[in-house]
Amino acid sequence: MGRVGALVCLGLVVLATWPVPAAAQPPAESCVACHLEVGDDRLATPAKEFGNSVHAAKGFGCVSCHGGDANEAGMEAMDPAKGYIGKPDREQISQVCSRCHSDARFMKRYNPAMRVDQLTEYITSVHGRRLMELGDDKVATCADCHTAHAIKPPSDPRSSVHPLRVADTCGSCHADAKRMEAYNIPTDQLQEYKQSVHWKMVSVKGDLSAPTCNDCHGNHGATPPGISWVGNVCGQCHVVQAELFTKSAHAKIFVDLGTPGCATCHENHAVTRASDDMLGLGEGAVCAGCHALDDKGGEIAAGLRERIDLLRGEYDKAHAILLKAERAGMEVSQAEFELSGAKDALVKAQAAVHAFTVEAVKKEADAGLAIAAKGYERGVQALEDLQFRRKGLAVSVVIILALIGGLVVKIRQLERKT
Amino acid sequence: MGTLEQHYKKLWNWLDERVGLAEVEKLARKKEVPVHRHSVWYYLGGMTLFLFMIQVATGILLIFYYRPSAEEAFESVKFLMAEVEFGWLIRSIHSWAANLMIFTLFIHLFSVWLLKAYRPPREITWLSGIGLMGITMAFGFTGYLLPWNELAFFATQVGTEITGAVPVIGSFLLRVSRGGEEVTGATLTRFYGIHVAVLPLLTTFLLGLHVYLVQKHGMSMPPAIERQANPKRVMPFVPNFMLRDVVGWLTALAMLAALAAYFPAELGQKADLFAPAPIGIKPEWYFMFMFKTLKYLPAHILGIEGEVIGILGFGVGGLFLLLVPFLDRRTARGEQSHLFTWLAIATIVFMIVLTYLGYTEVVTQ
Repeated sequence: MGRVGALVCLGLVVLATWPVPAAAQPPAESCVACHLEVGDDRLATPAKEFGNSVHAAKGFGCVSCHGGDANEAGMEAMDPAKGYIGKPDREQISQVCSRCHSDARFMKRYNPAMRVDQLTEYITSVHGRRLMELGDDKVATCADCHTAHAIKPPSDPRSSVHPLRVADTCGSCHADAKRMEAYNIPTDQLQEYKQSVHWKMVSVKGDLSAPTCNDCHGNHGATPPGISWVGNVCGQCHVVQAELFTKSAHAKIFVDLGTPGCATCHENHAVTRASDDMLGLGEGAVCAGCHALDDKGGEIAAGLRERIDLLRGEYDKAHAILLKAERAGMEVSQAEFELSGAKDALVKAQAAVHAFTVEAVKKEADAGLAIAAKGYERGVQALEDLQFRRKGLAVSVVIILALIGGLVVKIRQLERKT
Repeated sequence: MGTLEQHYKKLWNWLDERVGLAEVEKLARKKEVPVHRHSVWYYLGGMTLFLFMIQVATGILLIFYYRPSAEEAFESVKFLMAEVEFGWLIRSIHSWAANLMIFTLFIHLFSVWLLKAYRPPREITWLSGIGLMGITMAFGFTGYLLPWNELAFFATQVGTEITGAVPVIGSFLLRVSRGGEEVTGATLTRFYGIHVAVLPLLTTFLLGLHVYLVQKHGMSMPPAIERQANPKRVMPFVPNFMLRDVVGWLTALAMLAALAAYFPAELGQKADLFAPAPIGIKPEWYFMFMFKTLKYLPAHILGIEGEVIGILGFGVGGLFLLLVPFLDRRTARGEQSHLFTWLAIATIVFMIVLTYLGYTEVVTQ
């Protein structure tokens, strides 16, 4: 069975025999009373922090995790015979939490939508495996990410696992070079992530659905994505690109070369906003890292860039002329609306780049070029109409002025007579 | 030619027997217009009338395409401007002629005030003129909302909100003007009805009375000219003055054509009832002086809301303006009335300064 199997069995036995609270218990008044009175911050802080936690709000008390009897006023409350375990060992923590959090029937009473597979996930994670297989108690366990006492739901902005704070929470260990020294892994992930478009979306645009650490690595089952399946991780959001990439020639070649799919061109933590400059063989083009103009791949890369540039140029041209017509007072809103189809085609063509064939990009770009050409034509027509209007009205002004002149002459004649 | 003349004479005689054309001709030939250094102001009333006729003609053409509902109004105007042949021109001219008409109306009003043309027996001409000014401003206010764009929507919201501050009947007025508590599609339909039915009906009566009275009493001569001993110069209304009038009308038409070509009426964004009000909502320029005055007033004056005081002030001002012929006793007696001259100048300066500030001050909220 091996050590993992043995540990899982042990965990399950502990789970089965541990007394599960029948329901939320009354607040642990005696624990809190003493912990606050003794004047030692180490004892008072947990009591204070727990008061603001989601567990306290739901009516749980200290004994729910630590055991003992809160009805006893003195040290008797901490009688091991009454299940008191004191501060759980690091190995024990996940078992303590999972007594409730792995019990679907129990959790339903508090949050029917909440998952109950955190322990199962945790034991597959690098953290869980190191803890359980190697006895490495320096790895993260529940309380390291969620805090021990001030636990709040992830939706609460004060929570250590709120999307805005996850990166810092993970970074508290992973950006600590001294702490990571023993594991020989990089510590620049947090710094790189904070330069990424993903962090910008989360922190500046307030889009909490944009990815932070756990969205790509998993939260309880945190593991670095393998080289062959990094595309699946990115593909959770970038579906079209991932599908095209999987079918492309690069998918296999990258695995053979041992390079990590999407991250080969887009980086992993420092994912910047993709731009057309990344395409082709020019300066800043990622294709140029492997290809040159004299190889087939380089030829395709240049062709892809050419199509994208052409569509962008034609779109910009049509947009500019319609804007000019609009500013001159012409009604071109319908043409502008239709031109947005060319912009959509550009986005589709940019996505189609991940098929790495000129045909795939050409198919989308050609549709956009047709729309852009129509938009440009409408702009030219609008400006011609404008000129026609101005000339027409200028002619009518001249006619009116001639009439005025004639009338003035007529009036003078009349008045000379009288 | 001879045959043509015979046909013309025949038609004339036929019409004369039935409608009395000869009497009208006699009346027209008899009518004279004084000639003096202030004669130029006589053309403003006619020019306003001409612009009003343009409004009626272009307004009727706009009705053919306009759909007065929140769902269709904006789209119908957009369709008119983009798809209908010369639709853009009709809308631009309607919009510009409205502004020019209010402008010439203001000049006409102040020239009549400064030249004291309201003195007996022309008091009712003045009253009908002030009534026409009120109707014209109501035309402007109701017409502004009809394209149902963002600016018009919020300006109407602010404008109707001001009526809500009128003491006692304010909330009633607000609900009547909006057709409910808020500016909605119901307000648009109501404004449309007022714009194309109620106001034209009232205008027909008041304009008829105004023009009749002008014909009855003839052009008023300024008191200063009247007091001069030398013989008064006159010119026949037909054809001399009429031709001059036509010159004024054609000038207005040329201006409209130039404005429509180089500054066509814009449409902007469709009104969104749930969107927040954009920064710097401004009323039409002819309401700006009132809007700015209300903005300058402190929140409370002697324990009463500043806005209420402002509205009451404009109400009293309007009533004063209406009653000028009856309040200015000196002019009525044929004496000089410097007070009313200075009041007119003060009103003009007040309106210009407040309007200028309204367009130049930096918008902060």
